[in-house]
Parts: sequence; structure tokens; C-alpha cells
Amino acid sequence: MATERNYDQLLTVTFAQPMPYEWSVGRHGSRFFQEIRERQRFIGIRCPSCGKVYVPPRRVCGPCYVEMHDLVPLSDQGTLKAFSIVNYPFLDPDTGRQRPIPYTYGYIQMDGADNIFSHIINETDVDKIEVGMKVKAEFKPEEEMQGHMADIRHFAIIV
Amino acid sequence: MAQRVAIVGTGQTDHKSHRADVSGREMIQEAVQRALDDCELSIKDIDAIVIGNMDHFESINYVDCWSVEGSGGVMKPIMKVTTGGTTGTSVAIAAYYHVASGLFDRVLAIGWEKNSESDTTAAIITCSDPIWDRFSYSGAIPSLATEASAYMKQYGATQEDAARIAVRDRNNAMNNPHAHLRRPITLEDVMASPMLAYPIKLLDVCPRTDGACAVVFAADGKAQKLTQRPAWVRATSVRHTYTWFGDSTDYDAGLVSLQRASREAYLKAGIKNPAEELDVAELYLPYTYAGLKWIEDLGFCGPGQGPRFVGDGNTDMGGKIPVNPSGGVISTNCIGATALLRVAEAAIQVMGKGDARQVPDVDLALATGFGGCFWSDVMILGAGRP
Repeated sequence: MATERNYDQLLTVTFAQPMPYEWSVGRHGSRFFQEIRERQRFIGIRCPSCGKVYVPPRRVCGPCYVEMHDLVPLSDQGTLKAFSIVNYPFLDPDTGRQRPIPYTYGYIQMDGADNIFSHIINETDVDKIEVGMKVKAEFKPEEEMQGHMADIRHFAIIV
Repeated sequence: MAQRVAIVGTGQTDHKSHRADVSGREMIQEAVQRALDDCELSIKDIDAIVIGNMDHFESINYVDCWSVEGSGGVMKPIMKVTTGGTTGTSVAIAAYYHVASGLFDRVLAIGWEKNSESDTTAAIITCSDPIWDRFSYSGAIPSLATEASAYMKQYGATQEDAARIAVRDRNNAMNNPHAHLRRPITLEDVMASPMLAYPIKLLDVCPRTDGACAVVFAADGKAQKLTQRPAWVRATSVRHTYTWFGDSTDYDAGLVSLQRASREAYLKAGIKNPAEELDVAELYLPYTYAGLKWIEDLGFCGPGQGPRFVGDGNTDMGGKIPVNPSGGVISTNCIGATALLRVAEAAIQVMGKGDARQVPDVDLALATGFGGCFWSDVMILGAGRP
């Protein structure tokens, strides 16, 4: 290391290199992003045992521990169940840079689904956002989509 | 049947924001030596070790191997157990299992963290699913804040109600010489502190701490010879929900993992009315709103009654069930050690070694761990041999 160091103090050693990974989205997860790109709609998956509909779709219902196959179309709207307006700086491990703030982290119950979907809400004024509001997904233009959660640009409050 | 087990010694570092004077394994050794001194054992007397911290935090993934000089694990059976925020209670419960099985007589549980060595929030984000959750997830504070937003909407709780928890815990920390943040605060200080993630302000949430904790578990017959007043393990319980944030956050139902874990532990310990029968509780409350809501999930009071139960002084020192005499997580948060500190502090209360933070005549003490994706561990300790 060529950095100038003060050897009179207690020393630390720094690591700051990129470490790339590649994660498999899986069959149902890939279909989710395909539907978003081709039809701008959400799909979920229904458990044959308990009937619960999960979004995003995945292979196994955890509590029942059975494999799911029954994909179901959902709307692009839902209800805001909880939120927080993120206002402090932090490193984003996806980029190695600080994530832009403020932004609003929201838990959304999609119409027709039984679990909660996490995403971003495009409202950072605490006086204009409330638990229980209806929200609607807004998507990136098809040519900018990457098969990534960012293909859904954010959710907008509609009521 | 399982062998009876008791805690006979505890040790912890003097917690600080940055321990540049020691490496992680040197810091671990400080806590281990204090735990051994507490029960007058040498490392030669220890049959096995369970150690844990937060994966990724120091970028050291084989902590069991890397730490052996500090843990005392050279040529001993040693295992790493890591379950996120619950790591500290998980190492305690795993050490308990070791002794309860009858295979080991004296087992050391160790939890530690050097939060100063990485960006805590970035490290926590790597616990979330890389495809589905990481895009919007921003670490512990905002995900806890969502719970607070739902709780406030459901029951009308206020930011002032929550601030009361920070004032209680931070002022209790004045009695604990090991605590990290030892400066008294007022309700006004909390309300005036910067908003980090609505509705959580700076003084509503735990700090980042460098520190370690170690606890010695011993078998029935051995424990009584090591200390006059061992802290007997009366019950343990572990409940993990999903790893997806959207599946573990049904706020209409509450913190289900803690409800289920505590009910199982109460049943095992024969406790019917926890607020009346428990003498003290060391709870993993990483933020103030948890001090209102999670005591409801623990059955100390009914749903929505947390603010009044706390406001009436029931959880203060001298109250019906003092919570966090140590100052709790809001005063000290070396994450992999945090839940083990709850176990150690509960044991200290049962053993009567709490000095200025001692609650009088503790017969039953509750310790909890929280972490992962809204996961819960519970341990109940008692003065009486079960």
C-alpha cells in the first residue's frame, strides 16, 4: 500500500475490493420478471395445501412444506401495510456506493395475494403517506428492464 | 430425560464504540477470562465451546477456527452457531443442549462483534435475499420502523410513548459499569434527536458497539460446587419464521415468533402469569417501539396496552417487572454478543451479582433474543433447581 500512514497510532488494515456474485432467480422467479416485462402485471403462486397466495412466486410453501405449481395472475395494485422513510446514509452492498436518500420503504399487500411485497413508495413526505393507502406499481420502459426488482420503478399512492 | 443445567459464570468486556487496541480474537479472550474467573475455572476445565457472531460483519466466516486462541478452543470441540441477531441466545441455547445431552459437563458460550470493522447497515443488508429484498431493504432500522408505523396506526401509540423506553434503558445503563452509552437522557433529548427513518430517531435505536460476552454452563452436580447460587436453565425456546421480509411481517398478528417462543417457555417453566411471576426481564429491544409492542407479545400486558403498562412504571427498577436493569440493547449493541448479554445479565440477576443494577430477590428471570427476519429465542433462568 502506498498510502501515507501514521505509524505512531494503532493501525488498521483496509480491504475495499469488489467481490462479484451471481444468483439464480429460479423458474418461478424468472417467470415473474417475464410477466412484468411482457404484460406489466404481477403473478403469484398458490399453495395446494393451505391455499395461501405468495408474491413473488417461489417453489415451496414454508409452513406446509409442499411444492407449489399453481401460478395466479394478480393486479398491479395493493394496500400499504407499513412503511418507513429512510433518511440516513449507508453503503449499498449491491453497488458499493451510498444509496440515494431519502426514500420510502414500503410493505404492500398486493390485491389477490396473502403475503406482503416489499418495495419503494414514491412519497417521502410523512404528512402525505399513511398505512392503509392504496398504491399502484409503476414500471420502467420495457427496453430498460433487466429482470431485476428495479424493473418496477416504484409504487405510487393512488388514494 | 435431559440433564439439569445451570449457568455458573459470566464475563463481558467493557463495551466501547471502537476497540482499536485489540483484534477480535484478543477481545474475545477478555470476556472468556472474565467468565472463567467468575466461577474460578481454568480453560482446561472447559469441555466444549460454542461461539458465534454476525456472518460478514468482520469478513471472517470461519470464526470457530479463526478465534481459537481467544476462545480457548485449541484442541477442544468447538462449533460456530450463527443466526443473526439471535446469535447470542442461539450460542447459549446450543451450549445448554451440549450439557443437557449428558455428553459434556462444562461448556462455554461466546458471542462477540467488532461493529467498528465494517459498515453495519451494509453488512446487515447482506442478510436479506439478494434478488427480492435487497433492492429496497436498508438494514435493521427501517425494517423495524415499518413495524412501528403499523403499531402506531393500529393502537394510536405515539413517538413520546416510545421515547419513554429509551429514557428507561439509558438511565438504567448508568448502573452498569460495562455498558457502552453511559450518559443519562431525557424525553426531550429523544424527541429532539435526528429522524433516521420515520418514526425512528437517533435516540430510539441501539448503537454500534465493539464487545464480547462469555457464559459458562455446567451440569447438575458440578454447578452447585462451582457457585453457591447457580442460575438454573428452566426453559429455552426457539422460533424462526420466514427469511422473506414480506412473509415475516404480518403486523396484524404481532411478533408471532416471540409469542410462540415465550408461550412454549412459560409452559415448560410452569409460568401462568409472566408479569406477576417473573422477577426481571432482560429483553432484546433493539429500538424503543419494541419496548411497547413486544411486551404485549410476551404477554406482560394485552394488545395495545404497552404504552400504559410502561407509562405506569411497571417496567422500571422497583416496578412489577423491571426490564433491562443493564441498560439493554439501546445502551450496548455488540450484535453477536447482544443476545448472550441478555442471558448473562439475567443470570447475574439470579446469582445476585448485579451490584448497582441488582433487582432484589430474583427467583425467575427472562432473557430474549431477536434477529434474523423477525426471529425469536427465549431463555428462562431460575434460582431453584428444576
